[in-house]
Order: sequence, then structure tokens, then C-alpha cells
Amino acid sequence: MITIPESFSRTLLRSGIISLWSALLFLPFKGLRASALLFGLLFLSVLLLTFAGSWVSSQLAKTAAVRERVRRSLPEDRRYLLLFLLPALAIPFAAQNYLIDVAVLAGIYIILALGLNVVVGYTGLLNLGFVAYYAIGAYSFALLNTKLSLGFWSAMPFAVIITTLAGFLFAVPALRLKGDYLALVTLGFGEIVRITLNNWDSFTNGPNGIGGITAPTLAGMSIETLSAYYYLVLFFVLVSIVVIGRVQRSSIGRAWIALREDEIAASAMGIPSTLYKLYSVSFGAFWAGIAGCLFAAKMRFISPESFTFMESVLVLCMVILGGLGSIGGVIVGAVILVILPEILREVQMYRMLALGAGIVLLMIFRPQGLFGGKVVSSRY
Amino acid sequence: MLLQQLINGLTLGSVYALIALGYTMVYGILELINFAHGEIYMLGAYLGIIILGFLTAAGLTAYSVPLALALTLLLTVIFSASYGFTVEKIAYRPLRSAPKLSPLISAIGVSIFLQNYVMITQGATDKVFPSLVGNAGFSVLSTRITFLQASIIVVSGIIMALLHAFIRKTRTGKAMRAVAQDRSMASLVGINTDTIISVTFIIGSGLAAVAGLMVSMYYGLVNYFIGYSAGIKAFTAAVLGGIGNIPGAMFGGILLGLIESLGSAYISSEYKDVYAFIILIVILLVRPSGLLGRDAEEKI
Repeated sequence: MITIPESFSRTLLRSGIISLWSALLFLPFKGLRASALLFGLLFLSVLLLTFAGSWVSSQLAKTAAVRERVRRSLPEDRRYLLLFLLPALAIPFAAQNYLIDVAVLAGIYIILALGLNVVVGYTGLLNLGFVAYYAIGAYSFALLNTKLSLGFWSAMPFAVIITTLAGFLFAVPALRLKGDYLALVTLGFGEIVRITLNNWDSFTNGPNGIGGITAPTLAGMSIETLSAYYYLVLFFVLVSIVVIGRVQRSSIGRAWIALREDEIAASAMGIPSTLYKLYSVSFGAFWAGIAGCLFAAKMRFISPESFTFMESVLVLCMVILGGLGSIGGVIVGAVILVILPEILREVQMYRMLALGAGIVLLMIFRPQGLFGGKVVSSRY
Repeated sequence: MLLQQLINGLTLGSVYALIALGYTMVYGILELINFAHGEIYMLGAYLGIIILGFLTAAGLTAYSVPLALALTLLLTVIFSASYGFTVEKIAYRPLRSAPKLSPLISAIGVSIFLQNYVMITQGATDKVFPSLVGNAGFSVLSTRITFLQASIIVVSGIIMALLHAFIRKTRTGKAMRAVAQDRSMASLVGINTDTIISVTFIIGSGLAAVAGLMVSMYYGLVNYFIGYSAGIKAFTAAVLGGIGNIPGAMFGGILLGLIESLGSAYISSEYKDVYAFIILIVILLVRPSGLLGRDAEEKI
């Protein structure tokens, strides 16, 4: 991607053209002064990037051998990863409420992203409306809790079953499609769910949402403090990691990956492709349901606003950023994308702009994500 | 009442058709759902307001309204086409040989970027398009048609006819069809496929800009998020007519506009935005090749 400059004058010309073109495009939107500023900034940064880029890539090439050695020196037995649990357990002791709050949110997103990873990462079915299952989980939980006054532990199984069922029922017709058509249909499903929640006033209370969801209880005690709720979420995160990891290594998980790599070859080896895709979508929806319940129980209030298309894209970004198909990568991706906006609160306006540009750059320079290995195949 | 709804639907439908053409041409050539296409339409709407504002400040509108409008149209199309060209060059070209879903995700990134780009530079509030033409119109069979509606329908019709002739008759059009049929074969017979792809994006973006300009005149208000739903609807129109099929996109756009305006008049206007999604899902499931499309053979 990074070209080594043939000569200085050509580099100058190139950055001149790039920045002039961009400044011209920018001109109608912010006027002459801003465009001139953009021209100057772009000119310098393109120039700098061209030189720095070739230097950085040569340095990276040097570190490749070192990185490989570090990777080899890691023990085969992955139990050392449990060490990561210690800081996670310690968070409520060390941090203020604000940080625990962010950590709870990160936990919920980790479950959601791991669920989407089953569908997109393992099975290779792009889903642009995953948040629909999250919404169905959250709304079923909230309705069971407020209308039938079921507690957390009795409402959750029902809500999760409803979500899984919704995932299954929607997948039955949708899985006749492949690739980007399937992606579009899932997007449509996501929007239909959101618009319905928004308009079905008598049942879902429309845009005003549902409030008054009760806090979960455990052994007769109400889990009201933030720290207690954090441990509850952490428990579910650990369960999801263990269960999804084990399913991935089972015959079902291997069948999913085979389907992703080459559906025709997989079918020829006797894998019933539609059935296994159905498993995958339902399994993914299952975790979205759990995440939805946790979200509703934490917020005590839900409204359709939390389940927009952007939310689906955000969860997808978590999966892609860390690396499709890698549990560790997805966790890191989710944590980064929850924490980053909190850090960037100062420059809130530019957050989404950066997210958009980041997605494009990621696809161009590192489509396998930060930690993904050889998981994305060309056929995918 | 029915006739009135038909006219409204036809107006809306010709706009959808113009946007759908961009989707269908790009899909025909790259098999890419250009998710950012709706944003080009949105850019067109904004650029129209900005450029017209500039021309008014320069005194041209006071001198001659048609001249100002024509110049606005020209400049809007040029700028939007440049945006389309740039987007293709930056976000899609490096991904030509990447897995099929990478460009789609990249397109979503472009879409988010452009929305926020406009929001930051132009503000999050609605922008008003100055009313130049007013509400004047004429009546046919006790149905009122404004001049604006009539000109939207006529202009779209002319543009579509021109595009059809361009694709059928010219050398470039022939090359576009060849690239759509088989990209590597086309490059073997000496067609510069990258140029043809750029031309496709330029034409598609220009059409979307015309649509954007006309819609901002029609509704009088634009916002930075109008591209998303218009994009989805136009894509639905393209699928409805058979994606990759140019007459199909025109037909699908008009059909969708009619369905939407009749649906919100006679069924429920709250669910207005759902109709497009339901049609999209049903068409994809029942007849993925669209109403006018031929069944595509699956390439292995």
C-alpha cells in the first residue's frame, strides 16, 4: 500500500494534487479560508506520511522476526490467559462509579459482539441488523418484567428463548440468500423491528420506551449496587467466552468454519449447510438475547432509540476491528470501541467521522482486524 | 384523491428511479452494493442549497431565475460527481481483489463519514431551500399538479432516456456493458476497466445529485441523514426491477414511489418507511432476480 517515493519532486506533485483536489471538494461546504487551511494541512501530512510511511514499514518488517519469536515463546497451554481475569475482578475496588459503569457496558457489548462473531466470523454470514435480536431480548425482558412482574432470573430464560426463536424464524426464509443480499435483508429486518417498536404504542409504549424495570435479585438480595451488577455481567461474559469457545472447537464450530471457507466443498463433505447456518444464526441470537436482558436490567429503561442501525454497525465494527473469528480479538475490539468514545468525549463531534474513516482504512490496510490471523478467506 | 396520490407517487418514484440507476449500474459492474450512494444524493441536495445561495448572493437569481437554477444544477452535478469519483478511488479501488464483503463494509464507513462530514460543516439542523418556483401549477381532471412536480417527472424522464441511449449507442456505453458482462474479458479486448468503473461512478453520482437537488426543491428542507433512507429505498427499487438492469431500475423506482404514496394514503403513514423494507425482503426471497431481471446463474 505504501509506495516508496521515486523522487522528491514527484512526491511533491502528488501531495499537491491530492490536497488541491480535496480542498476543491471541501470548498462549497466551509468556504475559502477553511479550504486553504485544509490544503496546507493535507499537503504537509501527505508529504510526511509518504516519507514516514516507508520508514515505518521498513521498521515493521524488521520487527516481524521478533514478533514471531514472542508468539512462539508463548506457552501452548493457554491457561495463562486466566491472568487477564485478575484486573477484571479488581475493577470495582479500584475505580470510581463512572469507570465501573463503562466496564458494565463493555461487558454487555462483549457478549453481543461474541454473538455476532458466531454468525459473521465463524459462519461468514454478514448481518447488518444484529441489533434487532438485542432489541427483541431487551424488550421481551422488559415486558415480562413490568407487565407480568417476573423477576430477573425467571424473565431472562423466556426472553432469551423468544430471541433465539425470533432469530431462527427469521433465518428460515432469509438463509435462501447469500452474501450481500443476505446482509441487506438482515438490515431490513433490523429496521422493521425498530420501526415496529417505535410505532406499536399499545404494546411497547412507542418512542417513550419502557421504564420501571426492577433490579435483579440473587439469593434473596437485590443486586442494586453497580459493583454487584458488574460481577453479574462479568459472570455472563465468562460463560459466553467458555461456551462459545467450546462450541467453536466442537464439530458444529468446525462445520461453520468449513461453510465459511467453501460452502460447496463443505456440502460435498456431507455438512447440511442450511441446518448449520440455522444453528449459527440462532446461537448468535441467543447471546444477543442475553445481552439485551442485561442491558434492560442495567438501564431500568429502554426505548427504540438504543437499537438503531448505527448500533448494528458499531457491534459489527467491534467484531471486525479485533479480528473476525477470534474470541480474544473480538473482546479487545469491543473494549476499544466502548472506551474510545469515552476518551474522545471532548471532541464528540468528530467521533463518528473518525469511525467512518477508520472503517475504510481498516478494510484497506488490515481487513483481518488487529488480532485476526488467517481467518478471513478469499471466498468468504 | 386516487389520482392525486398517483401524481405524488410518480414524482417520488422518478426521484427513486434516478438514484436507483446509480445502484444498479455499480452493482452491474462491480457486484458491490454501494452503500454510500445515498449520501451522494444527500450531498447533491446540500450542494444545491449552498451553490444557489452563493449565486443569489452574487445577484444572479435576481437577474434570471432559470439561469441561476441551470447553473446550480450544473455545478451540483459536477461537484457530486467528483465526490463519487473520489469515493470510488479511495474506498473501493484498493479493495478490487479483496473478499466480497470488504468493499461493502468500506462503503458503510464512507456513508458514516460523509453524513458526519456534512453534519459538522453544515450543522445538524434542517437546511431550507429557498422557494423560487412557488406552488404554482395547473389542474387536470380536478387533480392539482404543481409545475415543480411536472418538471421533476419530465426532467427524470429525459435523463433516463438520454442514459438509455448513452448505454446503448455510444462507445463508452458499449464498454460499460462489456465490463458488466465480464470484467477480465473486457480488459483482454483492450477496455480500460478502471476508467470505465470511474465513469460509472461519475454518471451514477451525477444522477443522484440531480435527484437530490430536485427533492430539496420539492420538500424545501434537507437534513444530513436523508441519504440513508433514500438510499435504502432506491436500492429496493433497483432490486425490485432486477439489479444490474437499467430499465428495471427506472420501472422499480416508479413502482416503489407509487406503492409508498398509496400505502401511506390508504393503509398507514406511520409505517411508511417499512413498506420499502418489506418489499425488499419479499422480492429478495421470492424473486431475487427482480421483476424484469433474468435469472442469474451462480458462478462457482
